Amino acid sequence: MKRLMTGNEAIAQGAFEAGVHYASAYPGTPSTEILENIAGYKEIIAEWAPNEKVAVESAVGACYAGARTLTAMKHVGLNVAADPFFTMGYTGVNGGMVLISADDPGLHSSQNEQDNRYYAKMAKVAMIEPSNSQECKDMVSKAMEISEKYDVLVMIRMTTRLCHSKSIVEEGNRTEVPIKPYVKNPAKYNVSPANAKQLHLVVEKKLKELEKFSNETDLNYIEWNDKKVGVISAGVAYQYAKEVFGDNASYLKLGFTFPLPMEKIKKFAEEVETLYVIEELEPFMEEQIKAAGINCIGKDKIPNTWELNPDIVKKSIFDHENDTIKYDKSIVAGRPPTLCAGCPHRAFYYQLSKKKDTMITGDIGCYTLGGAPPLNATDTVVCMGASVSMAHGAKKVFELNNDKKRLVATIGDSTFFHSGMTSLLDVVFNKGNTITCILDNRITAMTGHQDNPGTGYTLQGEEAKIVEIEPVVRALGINHVRAINPLDQKETKEALDWAYALDDPSVIISRYPCVLKKYTDLDLEEFGPVEGYCYVDQEVCIGCKKCVRTGCPAIHFMKAIKKSSISQVQCVGCELCLQVCPVSAIKVGE
Amino acid sequence: MKNTKNILLVGVGGQGTILVSKILSTGLMEAGYDVKMSEIHGMAQRGGSVSTQVRYGEKVHSPIIGLGEADILVSFETMETLRWLEYLKPEGIVVINDYEIPSAPILLGNLDYPQGVIKLIEEKADTKVIKAAEKAEEIGNQRVMNVVLLGALVKSMDLMDIDWEEVIKNSVREEFVEMNLIAFNVGVDSVTSYEESYSVN
Repeated sequence: MKRLMTGNEAIAQGAFEAGVHYASAYPGTPSTEILENIAGYKEIIAEWAPNEKVAVESAVGACYAGARTLTAMKHVGLNVAADPFFTMGYTGVNGGMVLISADDPGLHSSQNEQDNRYYAKMAKVAMIEPSNSQECKDMVSKAMEISEKYDVLVMIRMTTRLCHSKSIVEEGNRTEVPIKPYVKNPAKYNVSPANAKQLHLVVEKKLKELEKFSNETDLNYIEWNDKKVGVISAGVAYQYAKEVFGDNASYLKLGFTFPLPMEKIKKFAEEVETLYVIEELEPFMEEQIKAAGINCIGKDKIPNTWELNPDIVKKSIFDHENDTIKYDKSIVAGRPPTLCAGCPHRAFYYQLSKKKDTMITGDIGCYTLGGAPPLNATDTVVCMGASVSMAHGAKKVFELNNDKKRLVATIGDSTFFHSGMTSLLDVVFNKGNTITCILDNRITAMTGHQDNPGTGYTLQGEEAKIVEIEPVVRALGINHVRAINPLDQKETKEALDWAYALDDPSVIISRYPCVLKKYTDLDLEEFGPVEGYCYVDQEVCIGCKKCVRTGCPAIHFMKAIKKSSISQVQCVGCELCLQVCPVSAIKVGE
Repeated sequence: MKNTKNILLVGVGGQGTILVSKILSTGLMEAGYDVKMSEIHGMAQRGGSVSTQVRYGEKVHSPIIGLGEADILVSFETMETLRWLEYLKPEGIVVINDYEIPSAPILLGNLDYPQGVIKLIEEKADTKVIKAAEKAEEIGNQRVMNVVLLGALVKSMDLMDIDWEEVIKNSVREEFVEMNLIAFNVGVDSVTSYEESYSVN
């Protein structure tokens, strides 16, 4: 049957058809929907792990135990998981293993646009790059075969456009693959230095075999047309190249991109007059092709920053721009993302941002927006879990410099479980004095509401043990812990004042569900239903804009009459604005 | 059809552009076209500017387009039309929802919502203005304004031979089917096709 699928859905279907037994991941845009879709197949054990390193390690265990295994993450997730990933380059596999790296050219939802193809080369694992959803699906089976035949981890490198674009896929059936027997083999699976030293020789031999395979496989194929221009391309960039050159160029389309098929590339290059290498982000292929002594044109014309599209490729190579409608674009106001109306993060940051002589470290999640106007609360965002550990290091240096500045770390519940716990351990162990605020909105919100160890449900929605944050924090050695409702501004202020007065590290748990969360029975019991709305009594409003400065998208300052107004369509009745209004002009609607 | 057609849907996170592009691409696939659809999730969902692209034809390569390549720009929000207008072919069609959602800098009182957007666009391109929000409210739910716009879109693109009602039935929850079918037909009726407007003149 034919179906329109995103690349992520196609990877999941591919995992099903390839007989995958076990899959583990941590959510991260643009990779999240891979595991969400795999969760629908009862034949596959599929799990959300607390972080990417744990996901890869669980997958490694399943792979050694003989299962066909898949793990998926966003590009920066592989930084977290780099340790087991590199070791997999040495040990190889038992059951086949595929790691999906979903890169984000254009930084649609990321802190950088690193090109993870270099990871495959550095870790010495095989790499496949699909260019549409059909290939995403088919290449999972192919990757499993390669993995088992060459005893190697296969990385499938995706990009946002591939993950989130739909194209037509022909579905197939599942091939049941028996779980391989596990045989104890320390020389392969135990990378003590003596074993690893020998394994490095094995890896180099495997890479030679894989290069031979790369030259022979039909994953790397030539489309002959006019030989004046030849194009080498892979991934979604190949589709852009086809759009630009059409039938006026010959193509060497690469689906297996590490090791590169250098013999095939040489032959192709000899036949064409001008050779272009069209790739998104870094000159990964171009560098290797040039190092092999082959002339080609690549990044000297095509930018290595931001996402490509056919228009950019055309402009770079032919200096041709499409006709467009000319108009004054400067009258268009920006539309940055904002925290939702009723978001508990807004209420917490509103109170925290009033604190003077404070550095606020932020983290990865919706609450990254706590750094945006008008809250302007957080000073930094670096990576998952960094808020807690950075605050510790910064505080130590301010102390050394006799600066009394207070350090407040803000981190979400899922991010705390991901890598905030070890950071907090550092604060305790090294006699730190920071205030760690865990913004527990009862879900992994940013990536679209995935469960985590604190929510009480698994990936499949089955009930699981709820890991409570407060006992975890206490067990890590924090003596001063308070849980508050951030929508209660008085309680929030008191908790912050209490923490500022301490001379010890403390934790404030700001506990209130994401306004978009589908409440569980326990949520309903604890927080009650989401209902009501607020309105502005414009007779009373003095136009001071305090409510506007909460940044709530439901509140509009009407310049003409210098009064605030609340959209009843958007307002959910969180009552933050009501608490900040100095003249009680905001009231609860009936 | 030899040439690939490009549809660009733009709006504000939460307005339902994705449902429309899903119905659209499913219908086009079932009609035998090669189809690619591209959307952006993540940060942009939080009230930011969103865009979805649908491309269809005999063989579609790239899932996305660049500047000056859209045959039709369907804008779910008035100001967003201007943000994306440079993606339209100069001879392309604009379907614009007469519906304003102020963005953060406007809500804060730092910037004004631009005045005269619709008039400006009418001067620049072949424009059809739809009061989709009003029409949706008349139907009984403001949320179906996206399907009103879908109706206007498929009529504008001469795609009326596809059985859209069947696709809609399979794409929305049963209790909302009837309302969405009404919305779709209201959208279709709000646009006069080129031939119709020609014969009137």
